[in-house]
Amino acid sequence: MGLSVVILSRLQFALTIMFHYLFPPLTIGLGVLMVFMEGMYLKSRDPLYESMARFWTRIFAVNFAMGVATGVVMEFEFGTNWATYSRFVGDVFGSALAAEGIFAFFLESGFLAVLVFGWDKVSPRTHFLATVMVSLGSMFSAIWIVVANSWQQTPAGFHIVGEGTSARAEVTDFWAMVFNPSSVERLVHVLLGAFILGAFFVMSVSAYYLLKGRHVEFARRSFTIALLFGAAVSLAEIVSGDSQARTLATTQPTKLAAFEGLYSTEPGGTALSLVGFPDSSQQRVKGEVAIPGLLSLLVHGDLDTPVRGLDQFPRRDWPPVAIPFYAYHVMVGIGFFLGTLTMFALYLRWRGSLFERRWLLWVFVFAVAGPVAANQLGWVGAEVGRQPWVVYGLLRTPDALSKAVKAGAVLGSIGMFALIYALLFAVWVYVLDDKIKHGPDETAPVPGATSVEGLVDAAGRRQAHHGFSMTGSEGREADRKEG
Amino acid sequence: MDLHALWFVLLGVLLTGYAILDGFDLGVGILHLAVRRDEERRILLNSIGPLWDGNEVWLVTFGGALFAAFPHAYATAFSTFYVPFMVLLFCLIFRAVSIEFRSKQEHPTWRQFWDVCFSVASALATFLFGVAVGSSMRGIPIGGDKEFAGTFASLIGPYPVLVGVLAVATFAMHGSIYLHLKCEGELQQRVHGWMWRTFGLFLVMYMLTTIYTLATMPRAIHTFKAMPWAWIVVVLNVLAVANIPRAISQRRPLYAFVSSSCTIAALTFLFGVALFPNLIVSTLDPGWSLTIYSASSSEKTLRIMRNIAFLGMPFVAAYTALVYWVFRGKVKLGRLSY
Repeated sequence: MGLSVVILSRLQFALTIMFHYLFPPLTIGLGVLMVFMEGMYLKSRDPLYESMARFWTRIFAVNFAMGVATGVVMEFEFGTNWATYSRFVGDVFGSALAAEGIFAFFLESGFLAVLVFGWDKVSPRTHFLATVMVSLGSMFSAIWIVVANSWQQTPAGFHIVGEGTSARAEVTDFWAMVFNPSSVERLVHVLLGAFILGAFFVMSVSAYYLLKGRHVEFARRSFTIALLFGAAVSLAEIVSGDSQARTLATTQPTKLAAFEGLYSTEPGGTALSLVGFPDSSQQRVKGEVAIPGLLSLLVHGDLDTPVRGLDQFPRRDWPPVAIPFYAYHVMVGIGFFLGTLTMFALYLRWRGSLFERRWLLWVFVFAVAGPVAANQLGWVGAEVGRQPWVVYGLLRTPDALSKAVKAGAVLGSIGMFALIYALLFAVWVYVLDDKIKHGPDETAPVPGATSVEGLVDAAGRRQAHHGFSMTGSEGREADRKEG
Repeated sequence: MDLHALWFVLLGVLLTGYAILDGFDLGVGILHLAVRRDEERRILLNSIGPLWDGNEVWLVTFGGALFAAFPHAYATAFSTFYVPFMVLLFCLIFRAVSIEFRSKQEHPTWRQFWDVCFSVASALATFLFGVAVGSSMRGIPIGGDKEFAGTFASLIGPYPVLVGVLAVATFAMHGSIYLHLKCEGELQQRVHGWMWRTFGLFLVMYMLTTIYTLATMPRAIHTFKAMPWAWIVVVLNVLAVANIPRAISQRRPLYAFVSSSCTIAALTFLFGVALFPNLIVSTLDPGWSLTIYSASSSEKTLRIMRNIAFLGMPFVAAYTALVYWVFRGKVKLGRLSY
């Protein structure tokens, strides 16, 4: 029975956190681009920038609501499913969570109201301030959550009070806890991952408009801004990933071994495996393609010092290998793909032929799936790679459960979450699709041949809207209403 | 003041802020189905549209602060109330997305679906908050290991249900007074009637709960012996309650809203006084109750958190004031509305 509560609670946490994590990175990434677009509008008063700021804000708002609704669940779950963990980490983790509430959530939610509903109620400058604050707030949330999670990976600045099942960690040095060995690197990696997603999301929607010949000027400019941003952050992410792996070798060697499929420590330089299929029963990676010595070079800076494998550690401290291995490799693969793709597109954009290559625009329509997957897989690797610990080296996952909770209750709540989240996901996709199809309000004068298309298109949609509405005035109302 | 007691008070402040602020938007949700026309429902939704999210943050911060200051109380309470809290979560999720999704399509069935979700979720969430308060008042079978030692049946009973209904009545009243402030014309006339009816319901539930509490829980007034000044709050509570009908009949809705806010604050205060210095009362052995000392984090953490809280509070007050100022006045449906 005990085992099944562990598995069910882990399953529920994985389900709810992965669903939640569809939204925050997009919020963070879009937020930065919105700040830029609205800032450009304030500077230039170009109506095209205004229509961009307004359109992406509408998309942002739907996404934000989903993030809030699914985020409350996470805070509850620490207590409901992982009570022993909460007792253990409360003293350390709690201050981070409280700081998140008071600094990030109040900031975000307060200014979000002005951002979404305040266009006509406050001056453009105040509105811009609200956009900046919401964007900052979303990044503050990331700071505290990543700090808390990093403490679970590389605990620091604490001592253990009590023994056995009543042991718990207490803070001895707050700043050592905040700046634990992995928190800064992981935070940078997480934020860059969010920025990449925001950029690819904007590029995906813009590429779709370009392919359909709608909102062409809007789409070209949105795409270009997102491409410049996306290219910079995609490259930065690769650098950030490399520096993280180096830290991992000293702080969490079992996780690095799982990522790389290193069951045994071979003398001499350790190869970097590119592809392969880890087989835990035989303790080796099948069909491996590897570059000799490269992992040693990346980790130690020379080709001959071996990187420690799992055989250096007791069997009971091993994480599962297959899931972290695949998650890590696919994430890295996606990262290099996105870096290459943005570089190639940037080159074509500079040459001026990017928007004529329809096949490439189609690639960008779907490429947004890449950063979504990479963000998820990165976390899967980080969390599964930390096993069997919930707090690395201190608290094992099965010991962290709520003692009072029965398997039946968890099974019931997983069923409910699965049902509700499936429904929400369908509605979210539907609403997002509707907003994207509806497109930005055509406030900008559109030059050239495209304007005819754009106007005809807009007129057609307006007509269609009137057909559905009960009365003319309500139809206009609905049309003016954002989506 | 000692840090443990300070955090008890700060949690009380967060809970009071939550009950007053989210109280009115939950109340508007409870009343949502009482109007039928789409435009009127939109007015109700938009009266809380820009505000509900910020109001809910008070709950999130309360949860975070409880986790940080009193991890044992957080862990014990949340794992004990697993099923009710999961249902509460589903309500909060549905409420949030109903508000967001309802306006995205014009189809009547679509809108009716989200309207029902919004209203039922608001009412059920309020009821469950009341049940949680009622159970805390009554006590929970907690063992010496700080873990829940009862069954699901030991969590339900007439008293938690009574407090649950009181909570629904209180928020419905609070929400109707708020709506009266935010709407105009013929709708406002109808809301005027709701204020009276919900006040009547509240008064009945309030008296029943008071009698039940005094009759079965001598512990609830035990603390008054140590803190005789707390009786002032009891008097203020009665005055605030009495002032609600007076302000309604004088047609001073803002005054009525302040009175119902004071009523909620006083009730939360009395709840805190009844518990103090316990956070969770054990019905098995008073020595096993989780107190502000036995359930707390280290003094160092409480001190760090106090500094964070005092640093953050002026900002929170400033944002809240800014948002309420920007969205003051009657609801006008416009192109940015839900």
